[in-house]
Amino acid sequence: MSALTDDTLPMTPRAMRDEMIVFALMAALLAVVPFTGIYPFFVMQALCFALLACAFNLLIGYGGLLSFGHAMFLGTAGYVSAHALKVWGLPPELGIVVGTAAAALLGLATGYISIKRQGIYFSMITLALSQLLYFLYLQAPFTHGEDGIQGIPQGHLFGIFDLSKPLVLYYVVLVGFLAGFLLIYRAINSPFGEVLKSIRENEPRAISLGYKTDQYKLLAFILSGTLAGFAGSLKVFVAQNASLTDVHWSMSGEIVLMTLVGGLGTIFGPVVGAFVIIAMQQYLAGFGQWVTVIQGVIFVSCVLLFRRGLVGELAHLLRRSL
Amino acid sequence: MQALYAQLLVGLINGSFYALLSLGLAVIFGMLNIINFAHGALYMMGAFVAYFLLNLGGINYWWALIIAPVVVGIFGMILERTMLQWLAGLDHLYGLLLTFGIALIVQGVFQNYFGSSGLPYSIPDQLKGGVNLGFMFLPIYRGWVVVFSLVVCLATWFLIEKTQLGAYLRAATENPTLVRAFGINVPRMITLTYGLGVGLAALAGVLSAPINQVRPLMGADLIIVVFAVVVIGGMGSIMGSIITGFALGVIEGLTKYFYPEASNTVVFVLMVVVLLVKPTGLTGRAA
Amino acid sequence: MKNTISALLLGTAIALSVASIASADDKVVKIGVLSDQSGLYADLAGPGSTLAAQMAIEDSGLKAKGWTIDLISGDHQNKPDIGTTIARQWFDVDKVDTVVDVPNSGVALAVNNVVKEKNGVYINSGAATSDLTNAQCSPNTVHWTYDTYMLAHATGQALVKAGGDTWFFLTADYAFGAALERDTTAVVTANGGKVVGGVKHPLNTADFSSFLLQAQASKAKIIGLANAGGDTTNSIKQAAEFGIVKGGQKLAALLLFLTDVKAIGLETAQGLNFTETFYWDLNDNTRAFSKRFSARMKNSAPPTMVQAGVYAGLMHYFKALEALGGNPHDGAKVVAKMKTIPTDDPLFGKGEVEANGRVTHDAYLFEVKKPSESKGPWDFYTLVGTVPGNQAFTPLDKSTCALLKK
Repeated sequence: MSALTDDTLPMTPRAMRDEMIVFALMAALLAVVPFTGIYPFFVMQALCFALLACAFNLLIGYGGLLSFGHAMFLGTAGYVSAHALKVWGLPPELGIVVGTAAAALLGLATGYISIKRQGIYFSMITLALSQLLYFLYLQAPFTHGEDGIQGIPQGHLFGIFDLSKPLVLYYVVLVGFLAGFLLIYRAINSPFGEVLKSIRENEPRAISLGYKTDQYKLLAFILSGTLAGFAGSLKVFVAQNASLTDVHWSMSGEIVLMTLVGGLGTIFGPVVGAFVIIAMQQYLAGFGQWVTVIQGVIFVSCVLLFRRGLVGELAHLLRRSL
Repeated sequence: MQALYAQLLVGLINGSFYALLSLGLAVIFGMLNIINFAHGALYMMGAFVAYFLLNLGGINYWWALIIAPVVVGIFGMILERTMLQWLAGLDHLYGLLLTFGIALIVQGVFQNYFGSSGLPYSIPDQLKGGVNLGFMFLPIYRGWVVVFSLVVCLATWFLIEKTQLGAYLRAATENPTLVRAFGINVPRMITLTYGLGVGLAALAGVLSAPINQVRPLMGADLIIVVFAVVVIGGMGSIMGSIITGFALGVIEGLTKYFYPEASNTVVFVLMVVVLLVKPTGLTGRAA
Repeated sequence: MKNTISALLLGTAIALSVASIASADDKVVKIGVLSDQSGLYADLAGPGSTLAAQMAIEDSGLKAKGWTIDLISGDHQNKPDIGTTIARQWFDVDKVDTVVDVPNSGVALAVNNVVKEKNGVYINSGAATSDLTNAQCSPNTVHWTYDTYMLAHATGQALVKAGGDTWFFLTADYAFGAALERDTTAVVTANGGKVVGGVKHPLNTADFSSFLLQAQASKAKIIGLANAGGDTTNSIKQAAEFGIVKGGQKLAALLLFLTDVKAIGLETAQGLNFTETFYWDLNDNTRAFSKRFSARMKNSAPPTMVQAGVYAGLMHYFKALEALGGNPHDGAKVVAKMKTIPTDDPLFGKGEVEANGRVTHDAYLFEVKKPSESKGPWDFYTLVGTVPGNQAFTPLDKSTCALLKK
């Protein structure tokens, strides 16, 4: 099995320093967004998707597992959070916890099933499982079918922060994103992350070294699903609805696309990719179905021409780890 | 009891589409090691070609059965020559991503020009009407679909398992370098195989055109079910994918009768069960 | 010196004219047509809805009376997220006052919340969900054209009265289908009919044969199709294949549009019964409008009921604006005004905007013509019966809208 990223640089202090500088830059840039006149709702949405793509990237970029059903975590957490907030009347922090926990459980169940097979079979299984969930949610009464759950109360986070104020919501989403991002970053650079990478490079060898690779893969799958769910729960507060769109296979495809455009297995790639794709959807919305075609063209050209993605190519050019 | 027979028969009809599509996927996977995500889009193109032939050229269904698979097959071969072949030696996942992109492009273009609601294609005059079988009213066209796809599936199996050409194909899958050493043009064979697999999808498309509306997204959801079928059956054997295809159609038909609410999830549930019990799939070989 | 004075004078003049524009500013409105421009609903709403809105602006004559009316359009791609983002941006950045059309119930309900939050005006014509004027009603919303309750009632009542007293349902297995089946069952039994069975099918089913076999075996006189879009067209097409209509059973589609009939073709659709609130060939008024409309359409198609609803809804909105005389930016106030004026337009006739935002107008039961009876490319329907507006929609005492409890 050939590697997905051909230049996995060893983790040197210099690389670490570079990454921290870029991270600080990114955080600073995002923190001043509300004062630049950029439409904050757009950025909030993009942040949710960026976290989602980062979670997805943990699996594909570092574990070599291409999940084609990650929308199921986004949608499940969204539905559960929305239901908890609206019907059970839970406060926002608990709503997020419940939604994320649901995604974690789902990650455990679907991960257990899908890691039984490797490579493209794994992708097809995750796709089929998410389609199964799509149909279940379509029929389940609590999701209200294609009407979706609407008008979700935003409430006060910890009883203090009024989430119906765009500025407050923005910083809450930003903090959530940065926390998720750092957690993923930490996981990648932990011994756990190193084992994952070794599984990606050569699973039989990892097994021969005594690693129970299935357990590592399952753990990675659950972690990725949980964080994707966290993104889904955050998104509920931004969009104030939960709908079938978030569980549909085309959403899973978009998650893959974001990560691919930014760069599989790069740390900042998924963030860049998410912003590019969300911006594209916004500004090309007038072109209707051509958006799908353009997405397809990007897919094809990414695979054929620049497999490293935007950030991957840049990192390669600068000979830096990004 | 009578109703049960009827549902069994109806299930076979759906099974024929699953069989034709999963067979095509298996053939392509065997040679190219690619899971063809564009399969659903090419199935849709087959139906559209039949529609164009009839409405623009006045060419009837019977000719469409031959022409559409050839046209779409050539289109597929162009895709293989211009794009897919560059993926040789890369991780299999890139094949999936590339063909997914192709599917988006093809479906998007058709949606732009033909909308989403679809176009009508009527049943050929010779196959109109139906016969009363006592336990059910069987439209003749449905019966034709089952018989015809069974014949095509068996012919494909024969071609690959029992002929000289098939022997080369199978050998090239196992060891392309060695086969090349025998003076056989392996890249050309790969291109032809992709054309064959895609042609089968287009043929299924033509067969389904008179039953369903000819819609740009007609293959998009179907392909995911077929993926589950493939996971259940495994892509190791040609006969395996034919039998699983038909069998799952029948099981789905029975579900529609006993518990219709689950009829669109039953294939996925079965997939989960098979993975838990026999992770390598029913026909054995692991990927 | 002379230059300085003229410059000063000019400056004053500009300042004055700016001031006068500012005071007349309350005669400027911006309308956003939010629709599905390329997906499933593009043919029945989409670009045609934008054209209908354009024609309403021209026909209102408000421009001659000093109003400035701008029109923009957007594509929600049937995604609630995109729909709400566009709507929010329209209100926050583009200063839109009124959102119209919005097919697709999921998107429609999501946008409903945004319009309420931003105190705009929401004239929905494209969505089927009756929640818009019930559980999720809003003081900023007016719902034109149709909803699930009306479709179920008009079709169910008219068919039972015509002798179709035994029913079998083919129901799409999600909230929308369940609502249609529930409401139709209620009206069928209330009128002395009986539901002998039914089957729930999954959304986007390609093959209906199992379900049709069960419908056939039930011997019900009417097979009610409580589904939509591709599911409806496929079930109609396959019912023809199984000889269901030829065998004496009747198909009643609970939600079907002119464009669907076009897609299925008369050969297959003939004899089908369903309800709409507008048909281009209904009377002289509708014919005159449709002629002007189709002359400007890309494929010269006549208007669907959704597109007609966009036109009629905006015409009524303009009447309210005229009555207010200006300052159109307080959405709730404008909608309140719309509720005080009885509706009367050439397309839907007389009716009213009820307190819950529901617009009542007549509904018509149609039957699809045989190919031999059709005289033109869009000559599809025969009028079978009319349900008066005050009977077709949810009675106010049954509406669960919170606005009514004040």
